[in-house]
Amino acid sequence: MSSEGRSLNDPIRFALDGAMHEITGVAPTTTVLEYLRGELRRCGTKEGCAEGDCGACTVVLAEPAPDGGLTYRAVNSCIQFVPTLDGRALITVENLAAPDGTLHPVQQAMVDCHGSQCGFCTPGFVMSLFALWHADKHPSRNAVEEALAGNLCRCTGYRPILDAALAMGKGAAADRFDTDAATLRTLLGRLARDTGLSYAAGGTRFWSPHSKAELFTILAAHPDAAILAGGTDFGLWVTKQHRRFDKIVWLGRLAELQQVARDGDVLSIGGAASWTAALPHLAALHPDLDAYFKRFASVQIRNAGTVGGNVANASPIGDGPPVLLALGAAVVLEGAAGARTLDLADFFQAYRRTALRPGEIVAAIRVPPLPPGTRFAAYKLSKRFDQDISTLAAAFAVSIDDGRVAAAKLGFGGMAAIPQRAAAAEAALTGQPWSLATVQTAMAALDRDFRPLDDLRGSARYRMAAARNLLLRFWHESQGNVATRVTAHG
Amino acid sequence: MDDAPDLRAHPVRGAVGAAAAHDSAHKHVAGAAIYVDDIPEPPDLLHVWCVMSPHAHARIRSIDLADVRSAPGVIDAVSAADIPGKNDIGPMVAGEPILAEGIVEYVGQPVVAIAATSIKAARTAGALARVEYDVQPAVLTVDDALAQGLFVAPPVEFKRGDAAAALARAPNRLSGTFRIGGQDHFYLEGQVALAIPQEDGDLLIHSSTQHPSEVQKMVAKVLGLAANAVTVEVRRMGGGFGGKETQPAMFAAIAALLAQRTRRPVKLRLDRDDDMMITGKRHDFVVRWQAGFDGEGRITALDMDLAARAGHVADLSPAIVDRALFHADNCYYIPDVRLRGFACKTHTQSNTAFRGFGGPQGMIAIEEVVDAIARRLGRDPLAVRRVNFYGTTDRNVTPYHMVVEDNIVHGLVDELERWADYQERRRAIDAFNRTSPILKKGLALTPLKFGISFTATFYNQAGALLHVYTDGSVHLNHGGTEMGQGLFMKVAQIVAEELQIDVDRIKISATNTGKVPNTSATAASAGTDLNGAAAQIAARTIRGRLADFAAAHFAVPREAVRFRRNEVEAGANVVPFATLAALAYRARVQLSATGFYKTPKIHWDRDNARGRPFLYFAYGAAVAEVLVDTLTGEYKVTRADLLHDVGHSINPAIDRGQVEGGFIQGMGWLTTEELWFDAKGRLATHAPSTYKIPVASDLPRDFRVRLLEGARNAEDTVHRSKAVGEPPLMLANAVFFALKDAVAAAAGAAPSLAAPATPERVLLAIEDARGGAATP
Repeated sequence: MSSEGRSLNDPIRFALDGAMHEITGVAPTTTVLEYLRGELRRCGTKEGCAEGDCGACTVVLAEPAPDGGLTYRAVNSCIQFVPTLDGRALITVENLAAPDGTLHPVQQAMVDCHGSQCGFCTPGFVMSLFALWHADKHPSRNAVEEALAGNLCRCTGYRPILDAALAMGKGAAADRFDTDAATLRTLLGRLARDTGLSYAAGGTRFWSPHSKAELFTILAAHPDAAILAGGTDFGLWVTKQHRRFDKIVWLGRLAELQQVARDGDVLSIGGAASWTAALPHLAALHPDLDAYFKRFASVQIRNAGTVGGNVANASPIGDGPPVLLALGAAVVLEGAAGARTLDLADFFQAYRRTALRPGEIVAAIRVPPLPPGTRFAAYKLSKRFDQDISTLAAAFAVSIDDGRVAAAKLGFGGMAAIPQRAAAAEAALTGQPWSLATVQTAMAALDRDFRPLDDLRGSARYRMAAARNLLLRFWHESQGNVATRVTAHG
Repeated sequence: MDDAPDLRAHPVRGAVGAAAAHDSAHKHVAGAAIYVDDIPEPPDLLHVWCVMSPHAHARIRSIDLADVRSAPGVIDAVSAADIPGKNDIGPMVAGEPILAEGIVEYVGQPVVAIAATSIKAARTAGALARVEYDVQPAVLTVDDALAQGLFVAPPVEFKRGDAAAALARAPNRLSGTFRIGGQDHFYLEGQVALAIPQEDGDLLIHSSTQHPSEVQKMVAKVLGLAANAVTVEVRRMGGGFGGKETQPAMFAAIAALLAQRTRRPVKLRLDRDDDMMITGKRHDFVVRWQAGFDGEGRITALDMDLAARAGHVADLSPAIVDRALFHADNCYYIPDVRLRGFACKTHTQSNTAFRGFGGPQGMIAIEEVVDAIARRLGRDPLAVRRVNFYGTTDRNVTPYHMVVEDNIVHGLVDELERWADYQERRRAIDAFNRTSPILKKGLALTPLKFGISFTATFYNQAGALLHVYTDGSVHLNHGGTEMGQGLFMKVAQIVAEELQIDVDRIKISATNTGKVPNTSATAASAGTDLNGAAAQIAARTIRGRLADFAAAHFAVPREAVRFRRNEVEAGANVVPFATLAALAYRARVQLSATGFYKTPKIHWDRDNARGRPFLYFAYGAAVAEVLVDTLTGEYKVTRADLLHDVGHSINPAIDRGQVEGGFIQGMGWLTTEELWFDAKGRLATHAPSTYKIPVASDLPRDFRVRLLEGARNAEDTVHRSKAVGEPPLMLANAVFFALKDAVAAAAGAAPSLAAPATPERVLLAIEDARGGAATP
């Protein structure tokens, strides 16, 4: 049945407090945080920034896991719209303690370690730790720092919170969610839909198609509908820019677009696959990409934000494109008329303008393997190591054959109005001996490639100086004899 | 005040010295702690959004709110013309409006306030406000204000001896300019006020404020009410850091104005961006200095100008500039000295109190001088710091003519040097730097001495109110506010100790202007010193009455009455504390008492810059080690060793939390937290996506923190404890100078580095120093 033919009044249904919760009549761009605090007056979850950067609003979404249990994902409720709860279980800080008041092991560890001072950020930390606890009772310090990169605390200086995270495994080995997992799975099973959700309230229509066929039918009828993927940018259009949307199509329930899989040699990342889903596959391409993409925003953002959204957004400072450019990725654009594949370098046309046509979406990103003999590196510079938008991002893939550069792909972000390859620098390298002199020529050639941004994240002078020096770092690393990197987790 | 019962072997729960959890810890982790925005909303609540100035400086030609008032959901809209009382909330200098009057003086200044049935309706209606401006030239920076002689208060000068003459005869001279950035408070809970009309036109205001009495006073002034018509209450704040000392008055007054007009409850809660656009921050400073010194690096003369960006009005800037001058000596004796302070008027947010209150800027300025001298002489900066330390019997008079009587910096720094293995690490780092061409390490040890007391002497007073009920439970109230610093717990511990009852028998209650009046801000690190002492006095009053009663009731000598572990002994009679309370009630003994405390010894003659503004000093020192990538400017603080003096700690867990939190917040100020204004004076870093406070991974992996053992305040403070709120922030100076050390190692020359030392500044400092650019 087409979405068009169905009622516009499907209620949003999700699990809350162990029971089915239905929402009708609430505008679809209402955030989960607004709903919790405003409609339910369930005020444990806090607003600190309304842009997914401080983590005070962190809640956990539970979904059935393939292994028969449940997966727990921390997300920022301040930029998640309520329809995205459909079919999931929402867990908030109020749910963690037992009915008799006994604290959850992560809560008890926070109390025991003096992990709260003003307490305003604390519910968010507790929820991030709760999700981590379900994945790993005894995480390493690196894993803790990664899990908490999206939570800001202004009082404690973090030491007692890190202590709590490292001690939380000493508490009970199972919690009430483990005990009740089967019941919750059953409930979630009852909430599952065969076809997409179609919802409307407050003058905004919201579709959550389950198939590409449904999607393209909707887009054909409503070419003006806005495409929502992870919402980590879209959410801000609502919470920060206060824009109104009459029609929204959400890709989050479109299984075909969530796939991350090998297609022969090529890694194919579905347009709506989250960064969390894609990260292990990208990390498998090169060790740098593990560290690089773990500095992409935060766990909460990576759990929601999509690779396709990062590309389609065409931000000049997105972290995905520079790497994908260096890897020689292609992008599959699909609409009702069919699919076409474009080199990613041709996708970005001008500031925030892409080759997408009306009715088309980014259906997949196809990443070829690095050719044998290719040196690769991915670098990100930002004011703060973790959870910061890049001042400058660069990824280099240089194939060296018999001491000469056979091919070079140098992808940069933060250096121009679009993510862009450095054509002049690539030309300066290609065909030349792989030597310091060649690299210095390429460094100088960056002047011809870019007029860097000059803004709050960095001056043009800094960006150009650092961009050149990253090529120098790449050279030094190819020689392998000096230490070149400072990391957050040092 | 040092005769607390000596029963350490069997203390009550939460006695003084116990590392007890924060009183709200359980509620914090359960999401059950109630902040202003969590209070159940009254029916008919209205929400406020403010129309803000898009210009840094403009005359307001006209304001037309007709379309706003008729917009859906809008109940009322006001501008300055609608204020019935005085449009002035200036805490020191008159003329600071809540809504712009005739002129706007910064981008973000509230001009119109709209009350509507939802925040969305209010904001949407805001677009319909027709405000016409005549744009005027704007002064945005300290340099421009200095050039034009624009100040919010007259310049101040501290002097002793003849700095000019001493400079002229100094064996060596050095001068420099040092730029220090500002800092946003970034309390996680933004500014919020809820005003609820009461009978007779009175108002109850829930405000997230460090200074309820000031909110009360300013609301009454703006509305033309008597102070007794306004009651202000605050249970807790989600962080304050000084940002909720004066700033909340504006938002409470706007909410109160709209509540008064509409006779409906009104909430004004700023979102993060509006909060950062409207409110003041830590002052950025430009410091120009000239120093004379001998071959050992001993400073013989200093002439230093400290110029702060005050913003468009004075707020607390004059006192903040004073405190910068009070700390421009830090731990160092300067024989001939002139310090001048300037509170520069600019068309930007009115900068305000922030943890340290100008002290950090003054302190890092003199550290910059000492560091520059050391680099000029090729000596280790620690050695140069040492030769300049205040003496204990001589060389112990500050530039404001106060004798430093409690100096412990020598021993403290010696101990830290040993404990942190400074000298060995210095050698190891120098060796590393000789062999590592790209990565460089840096190391620094910096000391701190921070003056405790409000420099406006009259603020150094506090009141408390204590009730004992007939079941022996206790209700505690005082003028201090809880912003996460653990004040409520520490004061409760002091009362538990006095009454010898478990701390959980004491109900900690919201600060309320109706209970304890005319309170000072919870600020200047003095919350426990003042309110803890007041509560102790109240508890002693009740204990005294109970002891008198018990002696009479059981017919024993008063000396035979002892309070211990929830019981009272009267000779051979032992009764539970609750039983005694019930008996005392029936005997008509008053079980309620107030306590009042004022700090002794202090005085300050501001006109002549002489006196004893501080009761005592808090001391500390830190060693920081950094690793810097000289190709990108990226760095990591790899280790920090902190040793801090809190006197006799009332709660070591809470005090350690202040030390660690202060250090990391100071590190943020000096590293990643950069306020960036565009050419039109618009703050572009107004949310966490662009303004970067430290995150968990910024904590040094090797982080060693100790409270100075066996310490006691030389002055007679409550349990000989010391204030701890602000001083540890300045431990982070070590991070900045460790970065400078690494930059110097990379450049092979003395670098010029401004704060915050972002990766960009670090890289460019290396490039500039290598290029032979001018150094300080």
